[in-house]
Amino acid sequence: MKRLSKTSRANGLTYVMVVAAFVILQALSAGGGLSSTLQGQLVPICAYVVMALSLNLTVGILGELSLGHAGFMSVGAFAGTVAAVSLQAALPSAPVRLLVSMIVGAGCAAVAGFLIGIPVLRLNGDYLAIVTLAFGEIIKSIVNNLYIGMDGVGLHVSFLKNTMTLGEGGRMILNGPMGIPGIQKISTFTAGFLLILVALIIIFNLVNSRAGRAIMAIRDNRIAAESVGIGVTKYKMMAFVLSAALAGAAGTLFAQGQTAVIATKFDFNTSILILVFVVLGGLGRMWGSIIAAAALTILPEALRGFATYRMLVYAIVLILVMLATNNPMLKSFFARIIPKRKGASVDG
Amino acid sequence: MAKKFDKPKMVPVPSHSIIPERDIDKSPILECSHLGIDFGGLRAVDDFNLTIGRTEIAGLIGPNGAGKTTVFNLLTKVYQPTRGTILLDGMDTSGKTTVQINRMGIARTFQNIRLFSNLSVEDNVKIGLHNQEPYSMLSGILRLPNYWRQEKAAHQRALELLSIFDMQDLAGVKAGALPYGAQRRLEIVRALGTNPSLLLLDEPAAGMNPSETAELMENIVKIRDTFQIAILLIEHDMSLVMGICEGICVLNFGQVIAKGTAEEIQNNPEVIKAYLGTHKEA
Repeated sequence: MKRLSKTSRANGLTYVMVVAAFVILQALSAGGGLSSTLQGQLVPICAYVVMALSLNLTVGILGELSLGHAGFMSVGAFAGTVAAVSLQAALPSAPVRLLVSMIVGAGCAAVAGFLIGIPVLRLNGDYLAIVTLAFGEIIKSIVNNLYIGMDGVGLHVSFLKNTMTLGEGGRMILNGPMGIPGIQKISTFTAGFLLILVALIIIFNLVNSRAGRAIMAIRDNRIAAESVGIGVTKYKMMAFVLSAALAGAAGTLFAQGQTAVIATKFDFNTSILILVFVVLGGLGRMWGSIIAAAALTILPEALRGFATYRMLVYAIVLILVMLATNNPMLKSFFARIIPKRKGASVDG
Repeated sequence: MAKKFDKPKMVPVPSHSIIPERDIDKSPILECSHLGIDFGGLRAVDDFNLTIGRTEIAGLIGPNGAGKTTVFNLLTKVYQPTRGTILLDGMDTSGKTTVQINRMGIARTFQNIRLFSNLSVEDNVKIGLHNQEPYSMLSGILRLPNYWRQEKAAHQRALELLSIFDMQDLAGVKAGALPYGAQRRLEIVRALGTNPSLLLLDEPAAGMNPSETAELMENIVKIRDTFQIAILLIEHDMSLVMGICEGICVLNFGQVIAKGTAEEIQNNPEVIKAYLGTHKEA
């Protein structure tokens, strides 16, 4: 009979891992030990780590497959960036502006998650997955045709560019398919690190609380969960909205680290990429998601030496890693080294 | 022992104000009248009448396919009945959902065990305590004082409940890794966590050996005595049914063919016919 590992210990190790990685990378970067490409990758890595964590909440903890997670990242990216650009004068301090724009991004993504959740969470399994895929594409199309401009009066929103008449000194922020160009890069590695910590705290604390147990109960056995008086729809929605909000914050972080963002960046491929992080890292296993997201974001850059064959090698590496992590021999080998780690449903 | 599991004070029944002369203590906890459900053209249960007293242990027996589990599903509103009414504690339950029924006071176990198998034994019981430890998601995430207080109480309560079956040492074990008998017992503990006034047990002794069954019998009586609740159980093990059930209801092809005490049931020709068939005269 397997004993459950102390979840709190595994969670603690995850925090230690994240903090240690941050300290080491900060030290390296201060000492000039990081290549400029890797330096530029730090913020996207943090964003993808938070994306993987938030999707793991939906897929691993709630147990519903979502194929449209990039849609929430997109909502967060554009809402957050619009907020950041329009608040540029009001909030001169970059960190404060980033914080406010992240909250705006997370809030808008949460609203989107709620609206999408109403029809989607009535479905189960494969059907739910397909519908989330469709909603991801719908979000992409909407943002792709959205024009937002700002003048002295305030923000103007339109789906048709030629109907927008901006006042004196007004300018376009979001320009439909052109996206948002000329973003001031205010995202920093420290901000990304803090967002990862916040996401971890939220997820770990949720999982070890009444609401988290209810969510996992629904995942394990919906009929039994109802029989003990757990409102299934409420808790499904809670997890889904929280997951969307975290993805929104990650989207804002990502966008504020780029010089420009366009809607087509957050398409189906991105959703699948994030799902790959989650599956590779292990469902419900947060430290796995962090490592997988970080490693797979760096990998294409690290494989630059292969030039044309880069993506081919990337795919092969991915297949090999998947095979290796699911190899029973390797699994039992690791189980012998770290016996306490095995058997937990939700650990760091 | 009795002290330890003292039930919280009885909440006044809302129907009390409507029917003032009603004697709460003597009134039945459950009254089903003319209950029935059709699946297409099949009358799975028809004209089912049953009354269960407040601290009664009642048995529901019958051959395979008689509709016993369907009755449980009707009582817990997994299926909405086609006909008839169910009164729980004098209150009509029509139109309620499974979740609302549980909050009104019916808890159940399942014939094919439905545990949260990836979670620990303690977490399974704590999920049963879900509606007994009210704190918001926010105070859970922010770890407000209320969280610590409620979690501590839930932990204590979970261990207390597990100690009914001497399972407190298994609190940290993954529920899916428990042996079969222990999984059945854990389901009962989880159901008790919801603070029911009527407990439905669907074949609690299935897969247990005679000594385990005897122990289970004692425990069922103990649960009734300490929690002062009514228990309705479906069981094929006649030693258990005849040993502890104060009232027995026999179901065949969706209809009640006999009701009464163990002795009455054992001598009822209808029941013998249903179980063994009739001797065909040549």
